Amino acid sequence: MRFSIYRYNPESDAAPYMQDYDLDVKAHECHMVLDALIAIKNNMDDGLTYRRSCREGVCGSDGMNINGKNRLACTTHLSALKEPIVIRPLPGLPIVRDLVVDMSQFYKQYEKIKPYLQNTNPTPAKERLQSPEERSKLDGLYECILCACCSTSCPSFWWNPDKYVGPAGLLQAYRFIADSRDTESKERLSELTDPFSVFRCRGIMNCVDVCPKGLNPLKAINHIKELMLEEGV
Amino acid sequence: MAVATQTFDAIIIGGGGAGLRASYEMAQSGLNVAVISKVFPTRSHTVSAQGGINAALGNTDGRDDWRWHMYDTVKGSDFLGDQDAIEYMCREAPESVYELEHMGLPFSRLDDGKIYQRAFGGQTLDFGGELAHRTCCAEDRTGHAMLHTLYQKNIEAKTNFYNEWFAIDLVKTSTGIAGVVAMNIETGEVVYLKARATILATGGAGRIFQATTNAHINTGDGFGMVLRAGYPLQDMEFWQFHPTGIAGAGVLITEGSRGEGGYLINKDGERYMERYAPHMKDLASRDVVARSTILEIREGRGCGPKGEYVLLKLDHLGEEVINKRLPGIRDLSITFAGVDPLKDPIPVVPTCHYLMGGIPTNIDGQVLTIDKDGKDQVIEGLYAAGECACVSVHGANRLGANSLLDLIVFGRAAGKHFQQSVKQGLGFREATVEEIEKAMGRLNRWNNNEGGESVETIRAELQKIMQNDFGVFRTAEFMKQGFDKLEKLQERLQHASIKDKSSCFNTCRIEALELDNLMATAIATAYLANERTESRGAHARVDYPDRDDKNWLKHTLYFEDGRIGFRAINMKPKEVKPIELVARHY
Repeated sequence: MRFSIYRYNPESDAAPYMQDYDLDVKAHECHMVLDALIAIKNNMDDGLTYRRSCREGVCGSDGMNINGKNRLACTTHLSALKEPIVIRPLPGLPIVRDLVVDMSQFYKQYEKIKPYLQNTNPTPAKERLQSPEERSKLDGLYECILCACCSTSCPSFWWNPDKYVGPAGLLQAYRFIADSRDTESKERLSELTDPFSVFRCRGIMNCVDVCPKGLNPLKAINHIKELMLEEGV
Repeated sequence: MAVATQTFDAIIIGGGGAGLRASYEMAQSGLNVAVISKVFPTRSHTVSAQGGINAALGNTDGRDDWRWHMYDTVKGSDFLGDQDAIEYMCREAPESVYELEHMGLPFSRLDDGKIYQRAFGGQTLDFGGELAHRTCCAEDRTGHAMLHTLYQKNIEAKTNFYNEWFAIDLVKTSTGIAGVVAMNIETGEVVYLKARATILATGGAGRIFQATTNAHINTGDGFGMVLRAGYPLQDMEFWQFHPTGIAGAGVLITEGSRGEGGYLINKDGERYMERYAPHMKDLASRDVVARSTILEIREGRGCGPKGEYVLLKLDHLGEEVINKRLPGIRDLSITFAGVDPLKDPIPVVPTCHYLMGGIPTNIDGQVLTIDKDGKDQVIEGLYAAGECACVSVHGANRLGANSLLDLIVFGRAAGKHFQQSVKQGLGFREATVEEIEKAMGRLNRWNNNEGGESVETIRAELQKIMQNDFGVFRTAEFMKQGFDKLEKLQERLQHASIKDKSSCFNTCRIEALELDNLMATAIATAYLANERTESRGAHARVDYPDRDDKNWLKHTLYFEDGRIGFRAINMKPKEVKPIELVARHY
């Protein structure tokens, strides 16, 4: 199977380039794209650089652009891809080396929305009660793995990565707004009213298309906008 | 060579559940704390934990008692667990779980709004009576929910993070540990991080086996560091094989799937656990279910064209239970086994999952060694918590959903004890230039070695040896062979080399540094597995099939120079009567 992989080591390369590898995926028992990357690194080129950890789609390390679409290398079946398999880093973020991008802009937007439960009421002795209906509002939100596939497929995020929170950050913003245990929903909404944080979303829906966990950031963004109207912030 | 120094009150190595619980405890109290993690914290392996966390809340059953939880845990440990530590963990469990809830962990809920609790392996009411529903969960993504919640609270508490930094070695002085030498993976910059205390929260080392549920990053980094500093590891022969890893892929299918009513079948469609464990059946403890499954496969009742696996049947649970309680494992089955559990059973096989042994500590998380007379000695400035530590609450076999509990209870305990120690005047230890340089020795070796064997060659051989000779069933013959092969391989490792020497995000060099730690872990396992001539919990010897309380009711210790030591098991809980030794049946 032929792979065409984006290479760039700032220490030794004047410019990025695509490098081809022919790998016998059967002999190396490769099922997923990550298996192939590991086989190439182990057997052909120990300099090939990428992130990986859990290899089962829950840690979010190996988001990359595979045949033009952002996805996780560890859950993408080779058999579903056309050759040559073209692998590039996630778009729109600075390259550190090969398939490793600098995620700091992405994490900064995540931190900006105060991604932690805030509750100003006295802490009870036992758990705070939450009905199954209230809890179900968090489904489709809390499962985010911060892989950045969504935000780095979003043209609005490419354009304003410093000011637009982006789909991943906004999904988490809504995760706390929607949590019946959080007392700061109104405050959270009012912190997003500037022209950029939420309102740069143009409903392009790339985020929904690429999310490897099947989550829907656009829906969360629309809920945020609706609540802003309702709450009059 | 002069190395830049940065100073903190405490350094936590590892950004998983235990590390982040410890750092949160300390950062909240205003201490200057840094977490160094070789991956962004939410990529740590805690994220893969599925089933839940045990605490005797009694939400589902209407009644529960931490003493029953303690009884189950001692029995599950095959009496190798320390009863004072197990008592502490089970007693602290409810408060620790409520704290997580207050932090925002999105637990699944019962109709009355309380935390939902499911059944899990080895958990009973009334000291071995009916099945208990004691496992608090967030669907089947409890580890993910916990890790993200803890990371979020650390952001709020303004913990310092050194993300994508790799700890090379501890800096050891004549009076204890002074800090750690670590490398920025992105730039290759090496820094001496100096602290009043260093907390090891480096997790497990499942990557010493070929087939494992563990992430690629689980390479026993803390074990290597402790051994190289001249301190011992404890009970390293006790590796848990989880009964249900997806055949071929190794990916975990939670015990919670059996807790919700799933069960294992052989090629005849027989629910074989009814034969091996008539009372608890598929929810017997993991060592029992894993051994029974291997026996089924060996006796020709495995499934598939080669009879290499068994099947986990879930379809009878119905769409609502599977989608509501087990959505994550449905996804994993479809992706990695090509099977939708709504319709078909999942091919599974016992797979290396967890290390019960590790760095010996007391209940406060302080790391221990033994002196010449075999007495416990606290190492100044060094703590350990989580899977890398051996308190020991899991003994010879861990019960499901006690590991997330271990992380939280002992991460917190280490944090609390450290705060107390600072109040009582715990200071810094001053390291000499030589002591700091010593901690860089192996980095220099990898930077200088040329023309040797590759990391992959050595690693693949190591994993093969461990898989073949130190698996679910063990014999002296195979273990001795494996041990000899490992010793030769260790010698070869000293001459191995990497081609890529660049300083920019050099993952090749990181894998090389990790390989040192895998090797240290494998050798420790091989030493102690050979040593223990009995079968107890997860250590099952064909040549010594029985538990031998007369000779082996004790912890084993291994030092890097090959010395072996022993520690007594604590059978003196503080508040309750000791749990008496009995034969273990489920």
